[in-house]
Amino acid sequence: GKNEYDLLVIGGGSGGLACAKEAAQFGRKVAVLDYVDPSPQGTTWGLGGTCVNVGCIPKKLMHQAALVGSALKDAQHYGWNISQPVHHTWSVMAQAVQNYVKSLNWGHRVQLQDKKVKYFNMKGSFSDPHTIRGLTKAGKETVITADNIVIATGGRPKYPTDIAGALEHGITSDDLFWLKESPGKTLPSFILYVSLECAGFLTGIGLDTTVMMRSIPLRGFDQAQMASLVTEHMESYGTKFLKRCFPTKVEKLKSNRLQVTWKNADLDTEETDSFDTVMWAVGRAPDTKTLNLETVGVKTNSETGKIIVDASEATSVPHIYAIGDITEGRPELTPTAIAAGKLLAQRLFGQSSELMDYVNVPTTVFTPLEYGCVGLSEEAAVQCHGSDNIEVYHAYYKPLEFTVAERDATQCYIKMVCLREREQRILGLHFIGPNAGEVIQGFALGIKCGATYPQMMKTVGIHPTCAEEVTKLHITKRSGLDATVTGC
Amino acid sequence: SVQAHKEEDNPEKTMEVNGLAPVPNSYDYDLIVIGGGSGGLAAAKEAAKYEKKVMVLDFVTPTPQGSSWGLGGTCVNVGCIPKKLMHQAALLGQALQDSRKFGWQFTEEVKHNWMTMTESVQNYIGSLNWGYRVTLRDTKVTYENAYGEFVGPHTIKATNKKGVEKLYTAERFIIATGERPRYLGIPGDKEHCISSDDLFSLPYCPGKTLVVGASYVALECAGFLAGLGLDVTVMVRSILLRGFDQDMANKIGEYMTEHGVTFIREFVPIKVEQVEEGTPGKLKVTARSTTGNQMIEGEYNTVLLAIGRDPCTRKIGLDKVGVNINEKTGKIPVNDEEQTNVPYIYAIGDILQDKLELTPVAIQAGRLLVRRLYAGATAKCDYVNVPTTVFTPLEYGACGYSEETAVEKFGEENIEVYHSHFWPLEWTVPSRDNNKCYAKIICNIQDNERVIGFHVLGPNAGEVTQGFAAAIKCGLTKEQLDSTVGIHPVCAEV
Repeated sequence: GKNEYDLLVIGGGSGGLACAKEAAQFGRKVAVLDYVDPSPQGTTWGLGGTCVNVGCIPKKLMHQAALVGSALKDAQHYGWNISQPVHHTWSVMAQAVQNYVKSLNWGHRVQLQDKKVKYFNMKGSFSDPHTIRGLTKAGKETVITADNIVIATGGRPKYPTDIAGALEHGITSDDLFWLKESPGKTLPSFILYVSLECAGFLTGIGLDTTVMMRSIPLRGFDQAQMASLVTEHMESYGTKFLKRCFPTKVEKLKSNRLQVTWKNADLDTEETDSFDTVMWAVGRAPDTKTLNLETVGVKTNSETGKIIVDASEATSVPHIYAIGDITEGRPELTPTAIAAGKLLAQRLFGQSSELMDYVNVPTTVFTPLEYGCVGLSEEAAVQCHGSDNIEVYHAYYKPLEFTVAERDATQCYIKMVCLREREQRILGLHFIGPNAGEVIQGFALGIKCGATYPQMMKTVGIHPTCAEEVTKLHITKRSGLDATVTGC
Repeated sequence: SVQAHKEEDNPEKTMEVNGLAPVPNSYDYDLIVIGGGSGGLAAAKEAAKYEKKVMVLDFVTPTPQGSSWGLGGTCVNVGCIPKKLMHQAALLGQALQDSRKFGWQFTEEVKHNWMTMTESVQNYIGSLNWGYRVTLRDTKVTYENAYGEFVGPHTIKATNKKGVEKLYTAERFIIATGERPRYLGIPGDKEHCISSDDLFSLPYCPGKTLVVGASYVALECAGFLAGLGLDVTVMVRSILLRGFDQDMANKIGEYMTEHGVTFIREFVPIKVEQVEEGTPGKLKVTARSTTGNQMIEGEYNTVLLAIGRDPCTRKIGLDKVGVNINEKTGKIPVNDEEQTNVPYIYAIGDILQDKLELTPVAIQAGRLLVRRLYAGATAKCDYVNVPTTVFTPLEYGACGYSEETAVEKFGEENIEVYHSHFWPLEWTVPSRDNNKCYAKIICNIQDNERVIGFHVLGPNAGEVTQGFAAAIKCGLTKEQLDSTVGIHPVCAEV
């Protein structure tokens, strides 16, 4: 018989919702399944996926809370009389953030309704290539059939498997944003950007925070210097780092605090300390276990567990597609998932043939001193073209607003990696400073247009901003000259 | 000593011959720059790189209120720099309000201390003045704190504060004297009113302020004064931000009104009288309607005039050397190589006719000019698609055509305007306005939907706009814009 729906999307996150809503625009019959398995600590949330509930949105809001705390300090230099000490209350912030997130959950449900997309709060798994079995929290089963199925189930934080007590006593980002009470003295462990961002804002709101890292920070990002500048700033900001250390066990004390034991690889010693909260940020794993992919033959990468797709987001099974964090080899970012989802819907139902362009996708790490980048890291450029064929322009600058506030600008830094030959096309741009995301976005457009160094130099700066420093870069790494520049 | 010289009959040949070596004996200097501001200093420092003998003359005629300042020009002393810092102080005041919603607690009443802010700002400016003097010294540029004016071909008279006069000659000159605020020409204006030249170093809080004018200077000053907690009124003769996209200008005005600034539209002051002396005192302002005979009166502690700026070109002896100026505006027309009608005299910066009054433009023009003069370069200053930002409480960044100009030039049917309101994520928790921030791009349908105008109203508009300006310089089209992934969550992704 005929399938019930033209399109069924499993996963109501950034990618899934965008795809579903776009398909509905073409007058198609669309359904979305969304379900949140509670975290080991019992945390759960509404429609919208990771970004809205336990990712970008609460992260940026808590980052803003920390920034605003810095603003309070600056404000005194600018003449505002604030009596010390200033105090932060976690529950006020958390409630405000959680209320906003809930308004977004609501907004998404309304949008789906308006666009006539059917929403099922159910956990989906494959019965056959066109049939999904949906299960509610209460255990009620529904069978749904569709011509096309898009898997957009995203990922969930990993727990370390070899550390005693990790699962019972630790939390992850899934829980952090929903805590009703302050996490107190916190140990976010390991260093992906999630860990640094969380450690950053926790420090900013006044909590005693330590980051434990086994090897390098910000794996996957520019290591030539961007990653270390970010962590250096965090250290001067007050975050403690335990470098080249890895935990071996976590135990609960009578006081309800947590005792963490770790090995220091450099000193070859074992150390311990107690914390109120231990947060794991050791990576995210694709949420595919319960999908029953083997039944229908959807191929996954044996190492990562991610779904293998081609340039049109098609899996190994016809009419089954995948987008977002769950796909192999794609950036794990909301905007790419959204764009990919929309384009997929347009190709399926709108006679478009446009494929998603994953090259030169800009991104930003929202650490206390933000890091925005687009294109190649310096080492990737060297690997690709050879160090003789690239030119790196750089500058240490000082944001004007830091002057009166007497803030340290040591890590405010910009670097542009270009091809050395005649045209000098820009391969990558890296910016550390306030509002890094705002700065990088427009330049990412330029790079999409094939911007060259001469074109950048022809662009007049806006004064006084931090972004103008990008258009003034003129000192090369090759020259060995001091790259400190002054504003005016 | 004064040496009489006949004008070079072949300036191009002279330039060619002297491309790399300083002119021996004939003149005191290879280059004299009149005006030590953004453009002047950039040009002087660049020329020194090519081992030219350079002199910079900089002099600040005190304001009617007696304000004066050091080396660096308008931007550093009474423009961009102090403006942005005071704007930042106001933004921080807003952040204080927001911070409570983000969980921060402190005493209910937070007040602003004008003196603390002004002292910090002036200290920073002082460090910049000092920095410039050191740089000029290190690059062996001769600097004289003296008023320069032409007295004859290739000859300038420099008069210092004490009235001592000296004469200097140079092969070439760059005029970069910039502008000063205009006064109304009504009774009491010079005696009782201040301008932006005075505001940033005012040794007392201005109190209840009337800002006269609707330029970006007027709106930016009114904006931050209100943000610091002062009672601010803006008196506008006709429209806001003449020359800017009017759709955006009106949105800026609306936002300021909603945030406590009072606007009196279609009135001009006709006299200012002092009611009480003091710092500040009390002034009575009488104004007349531009549309009828209605008169109004108001009392303010401070009246700030921001009705425009006039070039400093009337009293520098231009007639003695035959440099043409626009008699009405005082601006100097130049060709696309910044050359005046007198071949060995150039001009850059705010004094140029039909060019933008922006620091980065002056700097760019100055540097490129000097490279053409002494380093055999050919690149000319590109005045097209220069981005700019107005630092009003809700910031406005723009690059390219305004909507009206685009319609005028290309025809309404040939342009497409894409627009969107947006709510910065950081404004959600503190419940700030959810439909005020706005972005629009104007595309030329006939040219592949090329982006010819970019406008954004929101926080950090300058940071957002800069990159887009670079993209527009690369010929950005709507398609390329659409295919670029956004960074999430930031304002710029809209």
